[in-house]
Amino acid sequence: MAITSPEVRLWWKEPLHKIELIWISIAFLWGLIMFATMVYWHIYGTQNLSNEAYRVIPDQYAERVDAFVAENTVREEGDTGIPVVRPAAGGDAYMLGRLWEWYPILELQKGQSYRLHLSSLDWLHGFSLQPTNINIQVHPEYEMVITITPDEAGEFGVVCNEYCGIGHHQMVGKIYVVEE
Amino acid sequence: MASTESFRTCPETGLKVHGPAETLIKANAVVAVVFLAIGGLFGLLVALTRWQAVHLLGPETFYLALTAHGADVLLFWILFFEVALLYFASAVLLNCRLATPRIAWAAFVLMLVGALMANVAVLQGGSSVMFTSYVPMMAAPHFYLGLIIFAVGALVAVFVFFGTLVIARQERTYQGSIPLVTFGALTAAIIAVYTIASGAIILVPTWLWSIGYISHIDTLMYKTVWWGLGHSSQQVNVAAHVAVWYAIAAIVLGAKPLSEKVSRGAFLLYIFFLQLAAAHHLLVEPGLSSEFKVFNTSYAIYLAVLGSMIHGLSVPGAIEAAQRHNGVTEGIFGWLRRAPWGNPAFSGMVMSIVMFGFLGGISGVVLGTEQLNLLMHNTLYVTGHFHATVVTGTTLAFMALTYLLIPLVWRRELVLPTWAKWQPYMFGLGAMGISLFMMGAGTLGVSRRHWDITFSDAPVAFDYPPAAFAMLALNGIFAVIASAGGIMYIVVVVGSILFGKKRGEVEMRTNPVVFQGRQVAAVSSYGSAHTLQVPGTLVLVAIFFTAFVLYYYINWKFLSEVWPMG
Ligand SMILES: [Cu+2]
Repeated sequence: MAITSPEVRLWWKEPLHKIELIWISIAFLWGLIMFATMVYWHIYGTQNLSNEAYRVIPDQYAERVDAFVAENTVREEGDTGIPVVRPAAGGDAYMLGRLWEWYPILELQKGQSYRLHLSSLDWLHGFSLQPTNINIQVHPEYEMVITITPDEAGEFGVVCNEYCGIGHHQMVGKIYVVEE
Repeated sequence: MASTESFRTCPETGLKVHGPAETLIKANAVVAVVFLAIGGLFGLLVALTRWQAVHLLGPETFYLALTAHGADVLLFWILFFEVALLYFASAVLLNCRLATPRIAWAAFVLMLVGALMANVAVLQGGSSVMFTSYVPMMAAPHFYLGLIIFAVGALVAVFVFFGTLVIARQERTYQGSIPLVTFGALTAAIIAVYTIASGAIILVPTWLWSIGYISHIDTLMYKTVWWGLGHSSQQVNVAAHVAVWYAIAAIVLGAKPLSEKVSRGAFLLYIFFLQLAAAHHLLVEPGLSSEFKVFNTSYAIYLAVLGSMIHGLSVPGAIEAAQRHNGVTEGIFGWLRRAPWGNPAFSGMVMSIVMFGFLGGISGVVLGTEQLNLLMHNTLYVTGHFHATVVTGTTLAFMALTYLLIPLVWRRELVLPTWAKWQPYMFGLGAMGISLFMMGAGTLGVSRRHWDITFSDAPVAFDYPPAAFAMLALNGIFAVIASAGGIMYIVVVVGSILFGKKRGEVEMRTNPVVFQGRQVAAVSSYGSAHTLQVPGTLVLVAIFFTAFVLYYYINWKFLSEVWPMG
């Protein structure tokens, strides 16, 4: 029994049973296939996270975001006072997380690529693009750059999905994707 | 040498039971159950808040309850029970005295003080930092200190277990190798050592930071080391509950492993490869290369996954083989139909195996796949996954084991046997619903640790699809069912310990809970004319594997539909 010492003293010398050998082989192979699938996706798949990241000082990142907003703002979102910013296609787009907002709101063109910069000014936040469900962790002092190509027009919510204190549930941002 | 008076001989198993060991098992198990009750209550409050139509708590109490829920069930309930399990698997199963009972009591006191301190900190408010307690969000110093003291206590208990193994070997209280269940417990203990070491490496500086001695902690470094504690602590649970599966199958049905070599090899894979799984939680982080992520999650995790897949054949296989050996031979599934479904130890174990494998295991691999993680990182899918592993897997297995510990260690009959009979079904069904509907909500994008999914006070509006609300309502309903099952468990356990009819020598012989046919020879022997016949298990394993492959690639299909990025 499993709660008593093995009946056969030299249990490690017993041969493997065929059924178990087959199952172990299948399971091992399946592991290799799953491994290969990830590598394959890096080569042929189009959804991979970039490895481009930099150490940043939060204040300096905030200055760059402010400059980006000053240069590219096209309007304000309703009466909220939040700028809606339209970066040049193929260019840099900035977004920052802080207690408790995603700033600014972006307006992107469908089918165009953008270098999206993400960082936090204070605590850990989670960039969760909805309803398309892309989720990326955002750290203070680290700036991540991801090249994104929105392939559908519409209004997308950016929900914070990393707990960041009492106002966590108010931390909602927005990305517009427009045809053109 | 301990005097012989401090031992008794169990009339059912013939094992020599060391008195101080028995008392320590009881103390740790009782405290575990108390924390389960407290933590479970907080969990119910959380679920009733997520259910938008009820939305019970305000934000402050919600995050407080969520932090307390995580600490009380994920750490305190499980670790106290695991310490009881370690003492049981060493002292009791090896017929041995427990090493240094006094130090074991010191460990118990440290764990209790630490757990209470952390609870006080959380209940005072200001430490609602969640189970992960990511810096730079700061909790009260006694929150971190409580966790450190608790961890030190747990580490001491693990060393008492190692010491007991050494004594058993020196005093030759068993023949040959240690039993498989003890080997599984040893696996859990080894993983626990490096888990707790990771915890110390990160929590000690964090505590110093909270009292002002250290000015800055790098968030990415914190998260990386923290998950060395966080993920591997759950692997301790996996090793422990797999050991419990083998134990229950052995005690209830007389099952023996199909092959000692294969089962032990699978535990070894856990020891070697589980620790790397920490990267699993860092798949969408900046600053870590794809090569690191792929190596960690694939190469290493899949060898650990291999270990679980091996147990996935050998545990049900052992049960089937035992049933067939005991004369239940008709058809492919006769062994399953005519299994002791009215025995809560057995039914709880089987549900634990099935739900851990299908829900917890498969979703875990999907979550741990480098690119797929994008789809569900930090959504409720994650929460659904670990409720499948830790609630339907570990907690249910531990509950099932208690139904054997009460008659064997406490020597009491169960009160309310009908409640006991239905309890695992009630709790298992509830926990299954919780896991499934949280995974469903996460697939729809609902984020975890979120007080209000309508975003009512947010300046920018966003709406989740109506199906997400339905998922969370169902989650709430199943949390109520699980809580009912939890209450039934507490009532039966506490009632039996306090008021259960005492089992004397006569009762233990005439009405045993331990399978009595254990003296008979092995079910199958390798390298001989005996064949291994487990056709039912093979069908079940084939169904499992098909579900695994299909679900894995369905998620790649989902991924291919999101915005191209790189
Ligand atoms: Cu946030």
